[in-house]
Amino acid sequence: MFDRRLITHFNWIYLLLILLISAIGIANMFSATSSWTTAVQPVYIKQLYWLGLGVLIVALVCVFDYRHLEYLSFSLYGGNLLLLVLVLAIGKTSMGATRWISLAGFNVQPSEIMEIVIIIALARYLSETEHLRGFSLRELIIPGLILGVPALLIMKQPDLGTALLVLCIGGTMALFAGIRRSSLLFLAASGLAAVGGGWFLLHDYQKRRILTFLDPERDPLGAGYHIIQSKIAVGSGGFKGLGFMKGTQSQLSFLPERHTDFAFSVFAEEWGLAGCLLLLGLYCLIVLWGLHIALRSNDRFGMYLAIGVSAMLFWHIVVNLGMVIGLLPVVGVPLPLFSYGGTSMITTMTGIGILMNVELRRFMF
Amino acid sequence: MSLNPSPEETPGLRRRFIISSLLVVGIFFVLALRLWYLQILGVDHYRNLSERNRIRHVAIRAPRGAIFDRHGILLVDNRPAFTVSALRQGVDDRKQLFSRLGGLLEIDNEQLEERWQAGQGLPRYRPLPLLEDVGRQAMEKVQENSVDLPGIMVEVKPLRDYPFGEMAAHLFGYLGEVTEDELRQSAYSSYHSGEMVGKTALERMFEEKLRGTAGQKRIEVNVRGRELRQLTTRNPLPGQRLYLTIDARLQQAAETALTDKAGAVVVLDVNNGEVLAFVSKPTFDPAWFARGVSGDEWRELINNPRHPMTNKVLRGQYPPGSTFKMVVALAALETGSVTPSTTFQCNGIFKLGKSYEYRCWKKRGHGTVDLHKAIKESCDVWFYQAGLETGIDQIASAAQRFGLGKKTGFLFGGERSGLIPTRSWKKKRFGTSWYNGETVITSIGQGFVLATPLQLASMTAAIANGGTVWKPQIVQKIVNLEGDADWLLTPEKLIETAWSEKSLQAVRGAMESVVNDVGGTAWRSQLKNVRFAGKTGTAQVVKRKSDEEGEQAKDDEVIPYQYRDHALFVSYAPADKPQIAVAVVVEHGGHGSSAAAPVAKAVYEAYFANTTVNNDTVRKVASGD
Repeated sequence: MFDRRLITHFNWIYLLLILLISAIGIANMFSATSSWTTAVQPVYIKQLYWLGLGVLIVALVCVFDYRHLEYLSFSLYGGNLLLLVLVLAIGKTSMGATRWISLAGFNVQPSEIMEIVIIIALARYLSETEHLRGFSLRELIIPGLILGVPALLIMKQPDLGTALLVLCIGGTMALFAGIRRSSLLFLAASGLAAVGGGWFLLHDYQKRRILTFLDPERDPLGAGYHIIQSKIAVGSGGFKGLGFMKGTQSQLSFLPERHTDFAFSVFAEEWGLAGCLLLLGLYCLIVLWGLHIALRSNDRFGMYLAIGVSAMLFWHIVVNLGMVIGLLPVVGVPLPLFSYGGTSMITTMTGIGILMNVELRRFMF
Repeated sequence: MSLNPSPEETPGLRRRFIISSLLVVGIFFVLALRLWYLQILGVDHYRNLSERNRIRHVAIRAPRGAIFDRHGILLVDNRPAFTVSALRQGVDDRKQLFSRLGGLLEIDNEQLEERWQAGQGLPRYRPLPLLEDVGRQAMEKVQENSVDLPGIMVEVKPLRDYPFGEMAAHLFGYLGEVTEDELRQSAYSSYHSGEMVGKTALERMFEEKLRGTAGQKRIEVNVRGRELRQLTTRNPLPGQRLYLTIDARLQQAAETALTDKAGAVVVLDVNNGEVLAFVSKPTFDPAWFARGVSGDEWRELINNPRHPMTNKVLRGQYPPGSTFKMVVALAALETGSVTPSTTFQCNGIFKLGKSYEYRCWKKRGHGTVDLHKAIKESCDVWFYQAGLETGIDQIASAAQRFGLGKKTGFLFGGERSGLIPTRSWKKKRFGTSWYNGETVITSIGQGFVLATPLQLASMTAAIANGGTVWKPQIVQKIVNLEGDADWLLTPEKLIETAWSEKSLQAVRGAMESVVNDVGGTAWRSQLKNVRFAGKTGTAQVVKRKSDEEGEQAKDDEVIPYQYRDHALFVSYAPADKPQIAVAVVVEHGGHGSSAAAPVAKAVYEAYFANTTVNNDTVRKVASGD
């Protein structure tokens, strides 16, 4: 019953890369939180458990042929939309945002799940609909709705970071499917207009973040604090870094959120440009490899799945790093495999499982 | 099974993959470029910022120089004081924190909240003091519970300490925080706000020497401002030590003898002007100022009708009363208007012309009086006549030669000059000429005449030493950190007068009788082992009909405090070979004999307690001379 080819054709090197990045992340987390005196389990141990669970998820996702997902895709999508509506209705509120609901005793963040589900749903839609000259505006209405409805619901929570990511992932997939040049120009123009109009729809704290991103010094102790401290940490790393557990910005707690969104700053301070380039190279490699898997996939559904997962990884990495090094505004996007967090680990590993699955089935007809 | 062809075989798709792969690489390259910009080009800038984050320069206050008496007894020192402060970056839940801290130290939360609000003007990185000088026990409590008190720290600062309490407070002066006005002056350019500086007296005069040099430590702090470790430390250099001419035993004896009365005591070395005791009462507690005086305490001091903040040794001006009689006697003897054997008849009243009458304090009169008796029993009538015959010009001249009417040039500012009236002074002041009646009352040290306790002591010392007025000096030496004297006292003569030995003998002999012979106004204060010479004085504050001693005693109970006479006593000892002079003024104390002389006696008892009594004196006591 168990197909031996699952083992022999599995891309072990890719998994090894993933584990390598995760290991660096956990070591970094150990350093970032070493000054904490806590009676409960240290976070790096918890992250290890999450990693274990993540590997298990990769294995589980690989066992079943991804093509089953094709049939499930719209029910998954519908279910997830329902959850997003439920979040708005009965979700838990913390720090001004409502993102969580309790499902069977677990705290679930449906917006995170949507990052995966949107990939599946769009992959199905795009694989079934092809336009030789690319999508026209009218033809884009349906995929636009598939993408826009959940994005709006997530934005309403509000969770700007995730909404943005969902849009980016979906956008990338649509772009890949092909959009007519005229339609693209129109979209770009209306996108710009929407940015202008959307400014008035943003919450105060979101506006502040964007303003302070443009000029962190306008609020050095408030919203600009994160960016300033993070840039100090990264910059003071120099070429060789200050050494493991020796970064003063992180060890003396000047750096906020240093085990979650700003974990990379800790790494940059302690390992310098040399370490950063290595890590950057690894991340670049897994994204490119993902694209490669898409290219070599057997069918369109698989291709779009792999593109979607690659896009998910890519945007997460770019948005997080861009924020940490002061190229992009502060939006709460975790760095995959590096920032602490179970949800992030599960979505990332599910995506990687799908990617592995697509590659595996190339040989299995 | 998909019917679609593999993407690899679709040329359009293949191109898209190549383009998107290039885009990915390109964007990663941008990220790398940004990292290079931050970490290679910006490394110095950001390392500098990182240092500024974590490294704090903290001044370590220098202990102020200690002050010693002439024998090396410690008078003013420093002790470690513990201040409980809040690091504002480290405080999250203030309410909870204050209720914990308040509960721990049994202090009202409101009080902490008030201090918190009051300290909001301080720079944010500076600890905000909540409780000052909490004592070792409280400090230990806070330290032990520091885990539950995030943002609370204990600072140690040297605080001025006064082992003798209020003793000689007027001499030391007090400290206070440097004011905003002072900080703008160039003399205070090296000071920081919050620093303590000498505000009055010695602390102010020697601020520069006592201050010392603050040290500095570089500490590493975390984001909450809590100190993690010291990186480098430059130790503070304590201030220079001040050795005074004061003798703590005498100072203490004089202050004790004055009890709670208001007044002043000055003890001088007659041979060089060194000040051995310097008492002004009532006084204040300099420790209040060292820790920061509260508004209520300050108002209490300022509104006290007995003026605890006034240095009466220098600023108290009193009519010298009968203590002025030696000056008049010497003026009379030197001008030849009287001789020691000149007698006048005292029947209790002196008539000037037809309409003016001046009473002797003794209603019945003293009978036939010569100079000796006039001083010994303080006969006013003898002096009315002698003074009148000598004239105001000669009296004023003699007084000036004793340093009266002029500042002694004492170290601190604020000294008053007293007043010796002259004809020209009166013309200028009142536009009228001098009347003989004014000469009459000047002869017994009343009227316009005023002197400070320091001047009276200086005058008495000059009588004792044969006519030299020394500049009263208070600082014996200043010793620097290496133990070398930076400054040494050199005695300074202000006035030297060659009074004839005969005149001096007559006056001194009479002063000796005042204390040592039956009938002398201070004979109740005589000492067994030492003969001292003195003169009582009772200075009227308001004119009264009768000055009769007996009635006076009764009246003490009913006369309001502020109208009672000042009691004075000037003296020196030993009578035959003078070493020290003591001047005592007891404000509204009544009589010199009963209120002031015993204070001087107490000083002599202390002074001669451990000195081997000189043979000469013993013989005299034995022979009952």
